[in-house]
Amino acid sequence: MIRAVIVMNTQGKPRLLKFYEFQPPEKQQELIRSVFAVLSERPDKVSNFVEADAIFGPGTRLVYKHLATLYFVFVFDNSENELAMLDLIQVFVETLDRCFKNVCELDIVFNFNKMHAILDEIIFGGLVLETSSEQVLKAAEEISRLEKSSSSISFVPKAVTGRFSR
Amino acid sequence: MSSQGGWGQSKDFLDLVKSIGEARSKAEEDRIILRELEALRRRIAEPDVPRRRMKEYITRLVYAEMLGHDASFGYIHAVKMTHDNALPLKRTGYLAVTLFLSEDHDLIILIVNTIQKDLRSDNYLVVCAALTAVCKLITEDTIPAVLPLVVDLLAHRKEAVRKKAVMALHRFYQRSPASVTHLLPNFRKTLCDNDPGVMGATLCPLFDLITADANSYKDLLVSFVRILKQVAERNLPKTYDYHQMPAPFILIKLLKILALLGSGDKQASEHIYNVLGDIIRKCEPSSNIYNAVLYECICCISSIYPNAKLLEAAAEATSKFLKSDSHNLKYMGIDTLGRLIKISPDIAEEHQLAVIDCLEDPDDTLKRKTFELLYKMTKSTNVEVIVDHTIDYMININDNHYKTEIASRCVELAEQFAPTNQWFIQTMNKVFEHGGDLVNVRVAHNLMRLIAQGFSEDEEGADSQLRSSAVDSYICILGDPKLPSLFLQVICWVLGEYGTVDGKYSASYIMGKLCDVTEAHLCDDTVKAYAISAIMKICAFEIAAGRKVEILPECQSLIHELSASHSTDLQQRAYELQALLCLDCRTVESVMPLDASCEVLEVDKNLSFLNDFIQESIEKGSSPYIPESERPGMSSVSNFRRQNEASSHMLRFEAYGLPKPSPAHLIPQVSVSTSTSNLVPVTEASYYRESSQASKVPSVTDASSADLGTKLRLDGVQRKWGWPTYSSSGQSSTSSTNGVSHVDGVSAQSRDTLYDSRRQQSEVSAEKQKLAASLFGASSGKTVKRATSTHRATKGNTGNAERMAVSTAINPETSTEKAAPPPDLLDLSDDAAPTSTPTADPFQHLQVLIGATPVDNTVKAVGLESPNLMAFYTDIPSGSRKTTSTIHSAVPSIKKAPLQNDETARRVCVNPTGNNPNLFRDLLG
Repeated sequence: MIRAVIVMNTQGKPRLLKFYEFQPPEKQQELIRSVFAVLSERPDKVSNFVEADAIFGPGTRLVYKHLATLYFVFVFDNSENELAMLDLIQVFVETLDRCFKNVCELDIVFNFNKMHAILDEIIFGGLVLETSSEQVLKAAEEISRLEKSSSSISFVPKAVTGRFSR
Repeated sequence: MSSQGGWGQSKDFLDLVKSIGEARSKAEEDRIILRELEALRRRIAEPDVPRRRMKEYITRLVYAEMLGHDASFGYIHAVKMTHDNALPLKRTGYLAVTLFLSEDHDLIILIVNTIQKDLRSDNYLVVCAALTAVCKLITEDTIPAVLPLVVDLLAHRKEAVRKKAVMALHRFYQRSPASVTHLLPNFRKTLCDNDPGVMGATLCPLFDLITADANSYKDLLVSFVRILKQVAERNLPKTYDYHQMPAPFILIKLLKILALLGSGDKQASEHIYNVLGDIIRKCEPSSNIYNAVLYECICCISSIYPNAKLLEAAAEATSKFLKSDSHNLKYMGIDTLGRLIKISPDIAEEHQLAVIDCLEDPDDTLKRKTFELLYKMTKSTNVEVIVDHTIDYMININDNHYKTEIASRCVELAEQFAPTNQWFIQTMNKVFEHGGDLVNVRVAHNLMRLIAQGFSEDEEGADSQLRSSAVDSYICILGDPKLPSLFLQVICWVLGEYGTVDGKYSASYIMGKLCDVTEAHLCDDTVKAYAISAIMKICAFEIAAGRKVEILPECQSLIHELSASHSTDLQQRAYELQALLCLDCRTVESVMPLDASCEVLEVDKNLSFLNDFIQESIEKGSSPYIPESERPGMSSVSNFRRQNEASSHMLRFEAYGLPKPSPAHLIPQVSVSTSTSNLVPVTEASYYRESSQASKVPSVTDASSADLGTKLRLDGVQRKWGWPTYSSSGQSSTSSTNGVSHVDGVSAQSRDTLYDSRRQQSEVSAEKQKLAASLFGASSGKTVKRATSTHRATKGNTGNAERMAVSTAINPETSTEKAAPPPDLLDLSDDAAPTSTPTADPFQHLQVLIGATPVDNTVKAVGLESPNLMAFYTDIPSGSRKTTSTIHSAVPSIKKAPLQNDETARRVCVNPTGNNPNLFRDLLG
């Protein structure tokens, strides 16, 4: 099972957090700090796997990918395959890339709720739900289309419409 | 921002994000966010906030919470937003609540109703959003509220909904398996769904179910194989291809499931062989994902019933991984190697140099994995090299968690495979020195027990030699100023028990050392307690031997200081020591018998020694003790309490629980009072009650000569396993080719020393070859090992026999098919048992092992061990271990299960009770 998805920049600022088992905010920050401490110490050109049982409990590992100014980190337990997780990060990034046309840190900062929507299509309750980036993208586009169409309906507060109908 | 689209945020929010992005420090960032939260708190409470604005507020709250600030004032607004009819608002609301709320948050109950409504919605996106929330927020209590709705969704027209419904059910299963057991057949149905996405999602719950109980899903094996075949033959839609690989994630999940289903089941495994071979052949070795699938194939191959052809393919793939430049692949290679050597141990030899390269790799993850591999392949022939390397590595670890783990591994290996006693003691010293206080307390207690009881049951000489070598090494080490407290406790204990036994060191010398220890560790009461007890023991031994005890001035001042200590425990010990010094030889000998730490103490739980006292009191007119349960008043109270709990969940009115008298608390009180009244430590006497045959000091000459015999033979072994492997021709040819590739790596690391490295080339590779030979050179050491009939070799054999028994219980075919490798042959050198009686029935074989009928050399050695084997199986009740002989025969069984026998561990270190000082410190402040 996937325990958490963390996207943070190379200064350790979180850009996207998703814990599949609830963690209170303080604990989340602590976890991020320790993950960042581990990742920032790792030299380039070493493996993308880190055993994380000191941070997330026994049997957990994390896979990270360092892309431009961002770390994409997936934390999972031993029912998953490291290389496959690495590719899942790849799927996630590819999807973001298609979605934002050359994704960069700013896109992620400004659209973090869209990031959540995309991530929910890929990982659902800690399990890999969909792995085809095309399918994910289709779902995300459909959501944004529907949202757009429904957003044009009315954004007038209920109290105001109530007043009009009177 | 061209990508804003329908996700639009106001300028305010963009400004906020921007200012956070530009914040120079964490403090500045915090300031901005706090200001923002303050503003939000005000605005969000305003009446009639436009809904679009509210959506944005919620988004900002999520953002603030991501940065680590508390936004709980907005939770209720997020919950309210889930009620909204407009889809974007609803989705934002659900997103926010799933991120904000924990499972047991009070607000959840407000959402359940909305979720129920939304699960029935016509808009499938609403249903999806609700399902996401279901996964995160629904707990055991609320499952029944949504379960029927989720089950209905399994037949939804949209595959996205079906998929998520399957996952939600899986989540329910994880939360509370009992709630969905009647629905498990549904997973079988969705496995046949037309949509591959739904099928793939179903594999997740099935994987969990099969992990829990493989047997009830054996019938699905054929379908899984069929699906696997179809996926591998690209019968899925093209959209599932990933880097030219057909649906790799589904493949991986399927392979995992097959590995579980085929494990130890020959018939099932035969179904899998073909398709596995196909996948390995068909995959194009180009991308990362290919390797992921290949890795999973190897895992599957090593898990199912072994097949020679597939194993060969797996070995080939493993060597490809190991030779790769990518660290990721090397990591995977080490992992698969660890799996494969369990089945065919000789694979490791081929890759020895690659493994050693990984040991020296700068990548810490890879190093750790390699040490794990070494740990798995440790046997008595290579234990020294592996443990030494592991300790060297341990020294440089900063991560305490991992350091603890490594330390306990070293200890475990040393206990299991130690070739000589000296080596064992030295290894333990190193572990304590570098592991510090991270080492588990039990390790220390175990070490004390091992030193006290010795390794072997019949060689008293070897034991005393072990003890004196321990004493020697501890005396040397004591100069080190920063030894961990735990290690000092061990040292004090050993010096007290055995410091003067062999006459090498004088009593006053040892006592001086012990005083130094207490001076160097002024604030550690436990160490002090151990030290003063040790001094007391030495004094006692001296007095008992009829010699005059000279108390050194520093010792005297120590006693003086401790008798005024804040810790009552230390005080008591000091007074006991003073009292002991005034006693005569006979009394001292019975109070503190020599070498009595292994004696079994009988704890009289009924406190029968108090019977007379009680009788006397009753005769004098005291009322007899009535157990709590039989007291009339008590029962009514407890009845009342029960009633109260059942009837209402109001406040509890009874003030505090009644204090329960426990024997553990009573005993120290008694001992304190008696020791102060008549100055004779009564408790000590009860500790050392059984002193009948305690003072048996083995004559020194006898000991050394007996030990010399075994010692010499052992030395021979050490030489033999190390060198011949290295010098054997086959070995050197393979390593020379690999050696070149390694030296490339070295020179790349340090370009400036190019010439040097060229000169060192031969040197370095020779060193590595030596290391490789000592790690992997099991094949040549095979015959040598058998000649030494030390108890450890036989232990290996019994272990092997057990393993065989276990494995044959799983598949009865193993014994009849000689060609099939036994599943677990880690210990290559000790597999003499299967070769001696190759086709015998395994149970008969076991009987031979137990029943002391010597067949050949090895079996004879096993026969000698037979009582241990029995002891291991029958688990002697503690009452029957009164006499020394049974204790000795029980020793190896304890050693095999070092942590099981707590009782003995506690008994050995009975003198200074670690808890007491703290207890009193708490009480006295």
